Amino acid sequence: MSTFLWVIFPYICLATFVVGHFWRYRYDKFGWTTRSSQLYEDRLLRIGSPLFHFGILFVAVGHFMGLMVPQSWTERAGMSQELYHVVALLGGLPAGIACLVGLAILVYRRRTVGPVFRATTVNDKVMYAVLAVVIVLGMWNTIAGTLLNLGIAGDHYNYRDGVSPWFRQIFWFQPDASLMEGAPIGFQLHALLAFLLFAMWPFTRLVHVFSAPIGYVTRPYIVYRSRDERPGTATGTRAQKRGWERVQ
Amino acid sequence: MRVMAQMAMVMNLDKCIGCHTCSVTCKQAWTNRQGTEYVWFNNVETRPGLGYPRGYEDQEVWKGGWEVTANGRLRLKAGGRLTKLLNIFSNPKMPSINDYYEPWTYDYETLLNAPAQDTFPVARPTSLISGKHINIAWSANWDDDLGGSTEHAAMDPMLKGIEDKVKFEFEQTFMFYLPRICEHCLNPSCAASCPSGAIYKREEDGIVLVDQDKCRGWRMCVTGCPYKKVYFNHKTGKAEKCTFCYPRVEVGIPTVCAETCVGRLRYIGLMLYDADRVLEAAAVEDEHDLYEAQRSVFLDPRDPAVEREAERAGIPGDWIEAAKRSPVLKLITDYKVALPLHPEYRTMPMVWYIPPLSPVVDVIKDTGYDAEDKDNLFAAIDALRIPVEYLANLFTAGDTRPVEAVLRRLAAMRSYMRDINLGRDPQAHIAEAVGMEEEEMYEMFRLLAIAKYGDRYVIPTAHGEQAHALEELATDCPVTSFDDELLDSSGPFGEGSGRGAVTPVAVENLMMLQERAGADTLVSGGAKRGRVNLLNWDGRGMPEGLFPQREEGVEVSAGGGTSQQPMDDRSLLDGGQARPDNVAGADGGPQR
Repeated sequence: MSTFLWVIFPYICLATFVVGHFWRYRYDKFGWTTRSSQLYEDRLLRIGSPLFHFGILFVAVGHFMGLMVPQSWTERAGMSQELYHVVALLGGLPAGIACLVGLAILVYRRRTVGPVFRATTVNDKVMYAVLAVVIVLGMWNTIAGTLLNLGIAGDHYNYRDGVSPWFRQIFWFQPDASLMEGAPIGFQLHALLAFLLFAMWPFTRLVHVFSAPIGYVTRPYIVYRSRDERPGTATGTRAQKRGWERVQ
Repeated sequence: MRVMAQMAMVMNLDKCIGCHTCSVTCKQAWTNRQGTEYVWFNNVETRPGLGYPRGYEDQEVWKGGWEVTANGRLRLKAGGRLTKLLNIFSNPKMPSINDYYEPWTYDYETLLNAPAQDTFPVARPTSLISGKHINIAWSANWDDDLGGSTEHAAMDPMLKGIEDKVKFEFEQTFMFYLPRICEHCLNPSCAASCPSGAIYKREEDGIVLVDQDKCRGWRMCVTGCPYKKVYFNHKTGKAEKCTFCYPRVEVGIPTVCAETCVGRLRYIGLMLYDADRVLEAAAVEDEHDLYEAQRSVFLDPRDPAVEREAERAGIPGDWIEAAKRSPVLKLITDYKVALPLHPEYRTMPMVWYIPPLSPVVDVIKDTGYDAEDKDNLFAAIDALRIPVEYLANLFTAGDTRPVEAVLRRLAAMRSYMRDINLGRDPQAHIAEAVGMEEEEMYEMFRLLAIAKYGDRYVIPTAHGEQAHALEELATDCPVTSFDDELLDSSGPFGEGSGRGAVTPVAVENLMMLQERAGADTLVSGGAKRGRVNLLNWDGRGMPEGLFPQREEGVEVSAGGGTSQQPMDDRSLLDGGQARPDNVAGADGGPQR
């Protein structure tokens, strides 16, 4: 069971995540959108949406720090465990609160504003439920683990000894399930549901995360495109594709 | 010099009667889908008026278009790239559905299903957004024909500075109609605002399009466009805009709005321009210089040097020839009677307008003077400050001189042609007074007043060697359209997703349409000769060809019996009075 939960299930989810995105991009570019509801209502959205999105962006950065940076590195940099936790809390808690408050406003808006609710699909509702539970569990872990000092058998649980190494091991295909077995139930649930969310990701509106328009900063303002932009055709300065070379 | 071709339009506002045919046909062709109920790629506004969406011209509120910074560079008025990205989660300057209107339908079913009762059943309006019953309090044309103008038209942003002079008392009001489509700008601020880079300008003909596969629904283009001609499809979550009917234009047919315009006031043709000089022209400091600056960007294809450069830039020979014959070129460059709409937005719009002389003519007519006399008209143009200043606010960023010059030309044409029409000697000095040759003036009259189809629309077709790229040519495997997936209205990711999603392109192959429209035979077989023109059928008797031949020996089924009764009962109708009209039918086909 342990192997299934902490080895097989994560790989199934990650595989679904990767292949699912590839499939979705290949076959449903038209459906790849934020499906914004701003046209219907913008007063609540103006407060809730930036709160949630900026909050969750910071939370994502925090997760990267906590999961991907080994404890030994920060220690070598002269950062004690206490200092690390203070930094993590100072950064994580406001971000988490902003994210949760934003989410609450957005869910309230979705439920109470008629047109927005009408535009909400079942797919959306399931995704919101999982997302909300994952965020709430994550908040609980932060608060319970550091502020309230509730761990297993009363002592402090250091996720950088348990969850983080396990998560990193996934990427070099040597996950050690025992590392997660010892984690508190809150962390276990958070990790499991997060992987479930990864599995759902490509099939929900969450895909819009991967269209974050970073290229906008550098691209020229006006985009010109030729009418004939089919693969293989060489017009102007565009190179010919293999197998489509013109007869000389 | 980097020569590029641009498909452009000019509308002659003197001829617009505000019938909204263009809007309706455009809507039927392009935006009669869920999610685009409120979308009008083409709309007709009564001026003075608020326009659509309400007050869109007030860029202090909506922040559309470009502005010039202190160091003479162009900047998006709604903020640069970083501002855009920081506001991506909630666009602060996007009009809400209430700034457009809440689209509705009527509960028609109650009319049919209501039981017998003393009072008539009523079809109540139902919002297409919320699904609830609504009280209709606004729509796309609420202030049509100055309806409620004391309340609404007074808020027209273009009246700023002249509002004390314009009195909205009906006997003193002037009005005209302004049909609007996307401007297909040379420097489109919608494209510049798009974080995803989904809005692009086509290299070949300058048409500005939204790549529906690349659009991610960030909504910045809606803010960026000062004309508010990019709309957000609230079902698919994608931006949509006027496509200049590119599938039609590619095969040489005018846009739907132009084709169906009953006033024949739209002109479509090519303009060649120097793409390297666009930014420089859009960034001139004084707003009043923008009209001239944009004109200076245009190139004259009749100039051999330009022609050579155009060839070097890969513009096909027939396109250069079409550019030489372009009615748009004549109206903008030769006759100088067309003006851009709101050049002060600095987007270099490419749908231009011939300002209406009619407000001036109407005033003279009301005073009892001769409204076609050159001197009266010239004097009135000088004296009637209100219409001229108002037109200047629309077309030249408030500079009245170009508007006056155009109105003088139109007035001169009017007087000059009157002499010819009345059989009097034409007076060359009238043409000279506005700096035109007599011949030129007559040509302008032909183009503006006679406005023959072939003169109004000079549209070179896209090239055959590029055939596969033309959406309307059936070079794809025809069987794909019978794919089961395509029958689904939407995929698993909400409305409009999946391969069954609506592709906003007309379904019919336009080559076929064009062929059919020009063919001698009818689709159902037979020749056009047997056709009946119902417009001049006096209603008596039954002309030959009104009904199809009844097949011998075929029993009429019970269900169809009642409806077929009148046509079968020849004895009643056999008056023999009716005269089949054999010449060209109402479809405007060629006379033969």
